[in-house]
Amino acid sequence: MVQPTRERLNDQPGDPGFEENLAKFEARVARGDKVEPGDWMPDAYRQQLIRLIHVHANSEICGALPEGTWIPHAPSLKRKMALVAKVQDEVGHGQLLYRAAETLGKSREEMIDELIEGKAKYSNVFHYPAETWADVCVIAWLIDAAAIVNQKMMAEGSYGPYARALKRICYEEAFHLTHGYDMCISMATGTKLQRDMLQDAVNRWWKPIMMFHGPSDKESKHTELLMRWRIKLKTNDAQRQEFLVKYLPKMFNLGLTVPAEWDLKFDEKTRTWTYNEPDWDEFVHVVRGNGPVSAQRLETRRLSHEHGRWVREALAAAASGRRVPMPN
Amino acid sequence: MSDKYTPDTLTPELKAAVIDLLYRLADDSIVIGHRNSEWTGIGPILEEDIAFSSTAQDKMGHALAFYNLLHELGEPKPDDLAFLRDAKDFRCCSFVAMSHLPANAEGDVPELMNNPTRNRLIVHGDWSISLMRQFLFVEADVLRMHALESSTYQPLAAIARKIRGELKYHLMHAESMLRHLATGTDESRKRMQQALNSVYPHALGLFEPTQHDKTLANAGIAPGETHLRDEWIEHITPLLAGAGLRQPTDVEPVFGGRKGRHGDELVALLADMQKIYRMEPTGTW
Repeated sequence: MVQPTRERLNDQPGDPGFEENLAKFEARVARGDKVEPGDWMPDAYRQQLIRLIHVHANSEICGALPEGTWIPHAPSLKRKMALVAKVQDEVGHGQLLYRAAETLGKSREEMIDELIEGKAKYSNVFHYPAETWADVCVIAWLIDAAAIVNQKMMAEGSYGPYARALKRICYEEAFHLTHGYDMCISMATGTKLQRDMLQDAVNRWWKPIMMFHGPSDKESKHTELLMRWRIKLKTNDAQRQEFLVKYLPKMFNLGLTVPAEWDLKFDEKTRTWTYNEPDWDEFVHVVRGNGPVSAQRLETRRLSHEHGRWVREALAAAASGRRVPMPN
Repeated sequence: MSDKYTPDTLTPELKAAVIDLLYRLADDSIVIGHRNSEWTGIGPILEEDIAFSSTAQDKMGHALAFYNLLHELGEPKPDDLAFLRDAKDFRCCSFVAMSHLPANAEGDVPELMNNPTRNRLIVHGDWSISLMRQFLFVEADVLRMHALESSTYQPLAAIARKIRGELKYHLMHAESMLRHLATGTDESRKRMQQALNSVYPHALGLFEPTQHDKTLANAGIAPGETHLRDEWIEHITPLLAGAGLRQPTDVEPVFGGRKGRHGDELVALLADMQKIYRMEPTGTW
């Protein structure tokens, strides 16, 4: 996809008509109109969306790795089918999201290359290893739950193609959540070995989960602009709070606990949870590619991309009508 | 031939034959479903990753349906059948158990924080083997289910009709991919030809004759394996030729799976598949 030349877009401060167009654009967005690919938009809006959708798409295909590696071990026929379906959905979400980002002028190939080269980010949670089957249960329930809080909000955002992709993704994620909760119930009501496995997984995943929605509002540098342009409708802290309010009681009901160091307390007056602030420097360090398994995730993606090259080339040749001659 | 059978009306001889048949069908389905799902999330292109995973998931569903028929005949429950039997009790052919690795896949595999099988697949796996196996398997699966639709064993006929509906998509996918990959580039043609040569003797193992063939055929429960094989060869020959591939001739089929004689690949596959279930075999996961 070729992006129209900058001159014709006049989408940066100082370009002819920029201020006037910006005022019209912001009025539209404030009314709740959806912005479509051919519409005028400030370049900064385009770039922010490309960045966000790209990270989101990368997170889907990197998220397929920790869970995918457990498909061969899934401990019942029902779990096996559900896990294949879930990981398949995630790859499908990646495909949908790359396509949404392509409407803004960046190709899928370019985005996957940037991911592999370590130039583009993906969600903090997928920089950690899935060590046991219980990790798959925790990812499918709690991380999907945290993701749904974020995606439901983003699905109301101003950019049409992204919002529509997210509507479909949220619909499928609801099934994943049910599947994840069901797995956690089985483990939590199972034998001691299963209960211990699940609690151990919660203990290891709680830090990445607390960090999932991103830095505190005090530290988040993009939030103000993203909210003005209705790319994002809730702050990171508000999303984290929504997740905690909804899911902590469910976890406690299953007999699960959260590591004491977080000092999670429910404030009856404000109906919110208070907690020790995550180490946001560590978060930044992890998402920049320095997490416990960041290098292995990228190497996995790089190798599978590299090994799939001959398939992609053959499919591209077939699609363009080029064929190798038939043997005699 | 006009008799219709249900679990209650099978003679002991027919019951033993049906049980053996169902084990072959179920075990082929779960093993190829498992194998193909090893690619889920690391396929060569997103669209193919999705399509291949979807067929893998369907095959797992087919396995469950056949295990349920076995359970109706007094065998253990489906999950115990899939997760508690050892390789010697499996009746799948070696073809479905083959890994996606070429014969010369040697060398170190880095720790990629996946399970060891998947690490090896990522480093050495060859999609041409997977796709070629899938094509040859699906063609046989469709012919088999078509024949079983008119099985005199009623529960099997009902399941076969349902499965054949789903296999339409497997067939469309496998045939179009075979065409594209065999004719796309010189490299893809070469890989597909090599894959065909290497998997073909195992593919013939799909039709390994069993001691029950005659009983099943005479009772109208299932077609004879040799008959099915001939039908399959007649069917795939023009498709392979149309894609510019040379079909191997004078091939010695790899048999043994239907009698429970398996190589290391099935043993390793089952070790992967059964390890968590066997941690708490009476628990609910």
